Amino acid sequence: MSTSLLMFLVFIVVTLGITYWASKRTATTAEFYSAGRSITGFQNGWAVAGDYMSAASFLGIAGLIAFYGYDGFMYSVGWLVAYLTVLLLVAEPLRNTGRFTMADVLAFRLRSPVVRSVAAASTLTVSLFYMIAQMVGAGSLVSLLIPQIGFNTAIVMVGVLMLVYVIFGGMLATTWVQIIKAVLLMAGTVLLSVLVLARFDFSVLGMFEAVSQVSGSFCETGNPTAGMCADGSPATVRDFTQPGLYYHGQWGPLSLISLGVALIFGTAGLPHILVRFYTVPSAQAARTSVVWAMILIGSFYIMTTFLGFGAATLVGKENIGVMTNGALAPNQNLAAPLLAQELGGEIFLSFVSAIAFATILAVVAGLTIASSSAFAHDIWFSVVKRGMREDEKQQVMVARIAAAVIGGLAIALAIALRSLNVAFLVGLAFAVAASANVPAILLTLYWRRFNTGGMVTGMVVGLLSSIILIVLSPAVMGVDAPGAATRHLIQAAPLFPLDNPAILSVPLGFIAALLGTLLWRGKGAEEAYSELNVRANTGLGAV
Amino acid sequence: MTHPSSANQPGAHPPPAPDWEAIESGGEFRELVNAKRSFIFPATAFFIVYYFALPILVGYFPELMSRDVVGEVNIAYLFALSQFIMAWVIMVMYVRRARTFDGMVDQLISRTRGGQR
Repeated sequence: MSTSLLMFLVFIVVTLGITYWASKRTATTAEFYSAGRSITGFQNGWAVAGDYMSAASFLGIAGLIAFYGYDGFMYSVGWLVAYLTVLLLVAEPLRNTGRFTMADVLAFRLRSPVVRSVAAASTLTVSLFYMIAQMVGAGSLVSLLIPQIGFNTAIVMVGVLMLVYVIFGGMLATTWVQIIKAVLLMAGTVLLSVLVLARFDFSVLGMFEAVSQVSGSFCETGNPTAGMCADGSPATVRDFTQPGLYYHGQWGPLSLISLGVALIFGTAGLPHILVRFYTVPSAQAARTSVVWAMILIGSFYIMTTFLGFGAATLVGKENIGVMTNGALAPNQNLAAPLLAQELGGEIFLSFVSAIAFATILAVVAGLTIASSSAFAHDIWFSVVKRGMREDEKQQVMVARIAAAVIGGLAIALAIALRSLNVAFLVGLAFAVAASANVPAILLTLYWRRFNTGGMVTGMVVGLLSSIILIVLSPAVMGVDAPGAATRHLIQAAPLFPLDNPAILSVPLGFIAALLGTLLWRGKGAEEAYSELNVRANTGLGAV
Repeated sequence: MTHPSSANQPGAHPPPAPDWEAIESGGEFRELVNAKRSFIFPATAFFIVYYFALPILVGYFPELMSRDVVGEVNIAYLFALSQFIMAWVIMVMYVRRARTFDGMVDQLISRTRGGQR
């Protein structure tokens, strides 16, 4: 039995033990959805970090930096600065006014089943997209690192485990899985960074010296062959400390800015992050959670430089991939694991692989619980049952069934989409969150005149515009060379030039919300603003 | 420390709903909201401008940003790193301010409760 497999098993046994312990403390809705509000700010800070630092951060950014140098670091910066939006504008008022879900806050003033349904639909869309991306990642990763486990087996394994955590252990088990994963991830990242620096005699300048020796090249359009572009001009060469290797050409800078918009605003609209603030007892504890999360997330993302540059210099991008039919197929996700192997041999490779596995599991569990509460609390209890009589047992049962159905759907979709390039789904989740959820959240908290008309048009336009633009973008449309490892969903030239639609879809969401508000004649929302405003700022009446 | 949940003690009758409009139009509440917004809104505007300066400069002026400052460490990397420092500094500033806000909330709540009795 390989060491990786052994480490996976240890993680599984420990987390299942926690799930058993948590299952005895999970009976009511408050316990299932929000761990009985028993988590401290410090613990929740680790859990928020655990929920947020997905495989895309750990493996994805390390890989982007290893392949494209500086440009990969742009993700790291945006992913931390985004927490200022959460800290300053969203976390505390959300904790003070909501109970279990994102829709609680959106439906607070506008007590309309339509608002709640749209908010729940948006939650489900964002979470499902994100989940599929994580699970396809899990499938290829686990089957790469532990060849004994096949792609489909890996997805089913991840899916079943996440369902066990969520269905039996509710939010309490999910929270502790996040915390353990965050501790493992931080430990692994610190260790890797120290080992990378040790190779350069602990001189950061020495590392940069080596990084500047690594270079890449690009053309205005298309890829260079042997240093020449298709039009006969020489390709532009940049070293890895310089920007431009990923974002260049006519649309490069705008793509970079659009990505920034999605990251900075999207985080404050990710339902699986927002529901974490209901697990703490007060707005002050919510604030403390964000502070700890920012310390952890910031330190982690600064260290991605060492992982990425370490992999670029010590492993070399030409060596990062899998041997298939005697040729090396490049695979960015393997940058961090191969760096670990280079620095600490098989044992360290196993450790880092186990961390990647734990990372994916924890994130999908968080997504599952956020979507099951959106279904049970928002759609089932508030819309179908019209909030008649809160039958706790029934609602928890519905939430558990919803988790099973959503999890099953994610497993099936992940298996069906295995050969497609689904990395765009994470970008899509962020774009939908930024364009549909964030305008609605900010306007209901800070604009007295905001009403049902504005909420519904804003969310629908934000949701549709981000989905449509991404379908027309190079993330989904593209012509692949025959035999490419992953294929674009639509084999045609893209109609929208940017990878990420946020620069257009976020303003569209805001404008639609504004226009909808001004054109809608219903009253009532303005009066309810007094209650929301006082509650959000003082915590009076908070649960 | 405020304990907002203490308003709903288990077993007790639910207290009468506070008069939200009266609280909202009261001087203390207006002072609290003004104090909060006069920090939060400028801070938000600042971090948005500071953050977007990075992709704009890096995207449109890569040569300028590639100039080395110390050894092979260039402006682009140092500016990206400064974003982390900026985020943490605003975080610390906010947490210190928020202690004042908490004090204002405590006073407001105790006065509201007192008025109801």
